[in-house]
Amino acid sequence: MGLPNASGDLSTEVELDAFRRLFPLRFFEKHLLESIRPDARPLGRARDTTLSLGAVASANGSANAKIGSTTMLAAIKMEVMTPSLETPDEGCIAIDFHMPPIVRPGRPAEAAPVVAKQLSDTILSSGMINLKELSLVSGKAAWMAYLDIYCLYADGALFDAALLAAVAAFSYLEIPVVSLNDDGKIVLSEEQGLSDREPVNKEKRKVNLGSIPFSLTCILHKNYILADPTAEEESIMETSVTVVLDSSSQLVSLYKPGGPVLAYTSAIQDCIALTRQRVMELQMILEEAISGMEVD
Amino acid sequence: MEVDREDGRSQNQLRPLACSRNNLHRAHGSASWSQGDTKVLAAVYGPKAGTKKNENPEKACIEVIWKPKTGQIGKLEKEYEMILKRTLQSICILTVNPNTTTSVIIQVANDDGALLPSAINAACMALVDAGIPTRHLAVSICCCVARSGLVVLDPTKLEEQKMKAFAYLVFPNSVHSVLPEGSPSGQGEPIQNGIITSVTHGIMSVDDYFYCLERGRAASTKLSDFLRKNLQQQSTDSSKAG
Repeated sequence: MGLPNASGDLSTEVELDAFRRLFPLRFFEKHLLESIRPDARPLGRARDTTLSLGAVASANGSANAKIGSTTMLAAIKMEVMTPSLETPDEGCIAIDFHMPPIVRPGRPAEAAPVVAKQLSDTILSSGMINLKELSLVSGKAAWMAYLDIYCLYADGALFDAALLAAVAAFSYLEIPVVSLNDDGKIVLSEEQGLSDREPVNKEKRKVNLGSIPFSLTCILHKNYILADPTAEEESIMETSVTVVLDSSSQLVSLYKPGGPVLAYTSAIQDCIALTRQRVMELQMILEEAISGMEVD
Repeated sequence: MEVDREDGRSQNQLRPLACSRNNLHRAHGSASWSQGDTKVLAAVYGPKAGTKKNENPEKACIEVIWKPKTGQIGKLEKEYEMILKRTLQSICILTVNPNTTTSVIIQVANDDGALLPSAINAACMALVDAGIPTRHLAVSICCCVARSGLVVLDPTKLEEQKMKAFAYLVFPNSVHSVLPEGSPSGQGEPIQNGIITSVTHGIMSVDDYFYCLERGRAASTKLSDFLRKNLQQQSTDSSKAG
């Protein structure tokens, strides 16, 4: 079976779809021989990525990230809490990832707790947020940031899109102004300085981000490395490698959860090189999105 | 530059390994694996007829259940189940018994560092004990990167928490490791150089990671030898008894 002819003959199209369903691996391999994928991307290119910040008006920080069709919505809510005794001048971040029924109705997805744990490990160990910055009054009050990421459409590379959305939400986070009330407790300040209490954190409204982690998932199949797989590609070729690099090119995580194809050193080096390129692309997209919001 | 380890081991020294098979008489296969104080029990039941709803009926399916020592099952356990399932799927020959489910149950008896590698090793031994057809076995090791950049193998729990970063690596244990040094390998790189699974925590440089891979490979040959001796010994014992 060759590639579809240009005249768009209906009978050829029907056979093509049937071939794609019945022999998915052969369908993909025919494309890989020509170094291209069914959606006309070269092997090393990721899908179009867009970011929009401040998507949720009621949250303290939010972002909507789209990689191809995969859409993730991240929202951060901050709450004042008492820090634990072992770390009296550190705040806390709680990260959760949800795949609501809009993505797949029925039982909760098996992938959701795994991606949630991966995200939580990556964000907390990457050193992007220094927990000491989230402290208000040492030993008495500190910020607890609840980061929730909702998957709105799952089409492969869930971890990449979720991490991008989380990072963007943190970079657009506005910490609410608080002040000390008469009981010695921290409360949210009222609007426009109506109260005559001094705000505790008037100067510090944004979180300083350390080195920001970005990731790329690649699929290994025989000698080919496909960057940023769609859901169809992920289900057919099961070996995926997720590399997370931060902006100073340190390796935050290299995650390869089994899979029929073994990863040799050359393949790992290629994945890391592809991720480095992707990090630069994503940095530019994030900076454009932030500067776009500031102009408004 | 030497790293001072609390139990006096050198950088590349593994903790004492102990492994026994056929501990549980009702399970089709079972094994217990301990590395120092970390102890894991694995049991294999199967193959049983039928696969789960989402699974491909043309292949055998592997189901993993991870039981922690204390507490309820949470996200960590689900993640370990997924990693273990995909690792075991890559070593088993899934086309031999299609439309069947093999259950692997892991019970953590004690966690003192390198828990996931011990579980993978225990699961492989249990699969051999149950007679599930596998392409080759998997040997798993934990490598830590210290702040000075040195790579330390098989850390205890305290060491894991103190170090900058650590990586759990799983290598295939292939027959090539018994062949004499001079024999040529089939393709460019011998099969035991590939990694089946890699899970890292913490930040390390890319060079640190490749250094971990080298050290891990070297240690995996030692582990392979231990596995082979253990399996050969027990099979000769049972033939004498029978």
